[in-house]
Amino acid sequence: MECVFGLVGDGFALVVADSSAVHSILVHKSNEDKIMVLDSHKLLGASGEGGDRAQFTEYIQKNVALYQFRNGIPLTTAAAANFTRGELATALRKNPYAVNILLAGYDKDIGPSLYYIDYIASLHKIEKGAFGYGSYFSLAMMDRHYHSGMTVEEAVDLVDKCIMEIRSRLVVAPPNFVIKIVDKDGAREYAWRESIKDTTGAPTS
Amino acid sequence: MSIFEYNGSALIAMVGKNCFAIASDRRFGVQLQTVATDFQKIYRIHDRVFLGLSGLATDAQTLYQRLVFRHKLYQLREERDMKPETFASLVSALLYEKRFGPYFCQPVIAGLGDEDKPFICTMDSIGAKELAKDFVVAGTASESLYGACEAMFKPDMEPEELFEIISQALLSSVDRDCLSGWGGHVYVVTPTEVKERILKGRMD
Repeated sequence: MECVFGLVGDGFALVVADSSAVHSILVHKSNEDKIMVLDSHKLLGASGEGGDRAQFTEYIQKNVALYQFRNGIPLTTAAAANFTRGELATALRKNPYAVNILLAGYDKDIGPSLYYIDYIASLHKIEKGAFGYGSYFSLAMMDRHYHSGMTVEEAVDLVDKCIMEIRSRLVVAPPNFVIKIVDKDGAREYAWRESIKDTTGAPTS
Repeated sequence: MSIFEYNGSALIAMVGKNCFAIASDRRFGVQLQTVATDFQKIYRIHDRVFLGLSGLATDAQTLYQRLVFRHKLYQLREERDMKPETFASLVSALLYEKRFGPYFCQPVIAGLGDEDKPFICTMDSIGAKELAKDFVVAGTASESLYGACEAMFKPDMEPEELFEIISQALLSSVDRDCLSGWGGHVYVVTPTEVKERILKGRMD
């Protein structure tokens, strides 16, 4: 089951997602990147129906870029979050997207922020949040160990604790996770946490 | 589970002597899971009209955005703020527009009308107004709220006493409802000032 969680630290925000692309009982791939880099200082971690996830997050990414082209300045994180909510809300009673989103961003004068956007378009700004069955474990770990103003090392340590809980306690625990960070220097991949390496290419016989 | 109980909420509005108070809980949850404990359910339309929205959070947010838009347009055209009675009619009309595909919200409107007379009302999800002279309640904890308010309310309370009574009614009711709670948010509005207070209750 898909796990996405995130937290805000001192001058940065982290988003962690599992990397299994699953169809019923089959794992298609274990290195799927579910955290999209929206622009230089925004991350969009999404969990939910595969097609909806890829299509909707790409749609948001392209519209965020379009705004920057048209207006010459990038959207703030709050504006991007509200735009995303608006798109989900408009589609909700026509053709709903089954995608849960954690949107993390860094704005120069506001600092880091994290937004929780439900698949039915409920929006809330949070310090820590999670989606999926993994949320039962990661939220509990974060409730225990999280405090505001954590350093990157402390935060990654907490992320590792959450991943360990998910791996040991969730019956269909995803093997691999990707961690992405956004801070004043931009949004980028921080690390992978792999327990199964996805081999590419034909097996040698 | 009912769609009205997906997020969980508790709202009260009470009338005092030339003042009113409106209070809500602070939980934002998704069924059994609590996501945040600082969720805003009461919105200030203008200094003399407050709107509380219970029910499905996404519809509450959409409805609030549409109402703010309509009120701002009204302000531009009429060059004044909306009266609470007018605002209540606007909310009712907007809800009935979606009669066969409604917003899953129950609003609570509280305001100071002409001559600083307090006005409160609530409505169901399709805009059936219910005016009251004493108190109105909404949300998953509404049955407990009705009981608590009926027991504790007295007419013509001063702002300080009104704050105490509405806070006690809210906290005791949400303690009996698993879907609402995690503190309280109380606004006490008089003709001269708006006092916002956060309550700390049982955090569970």
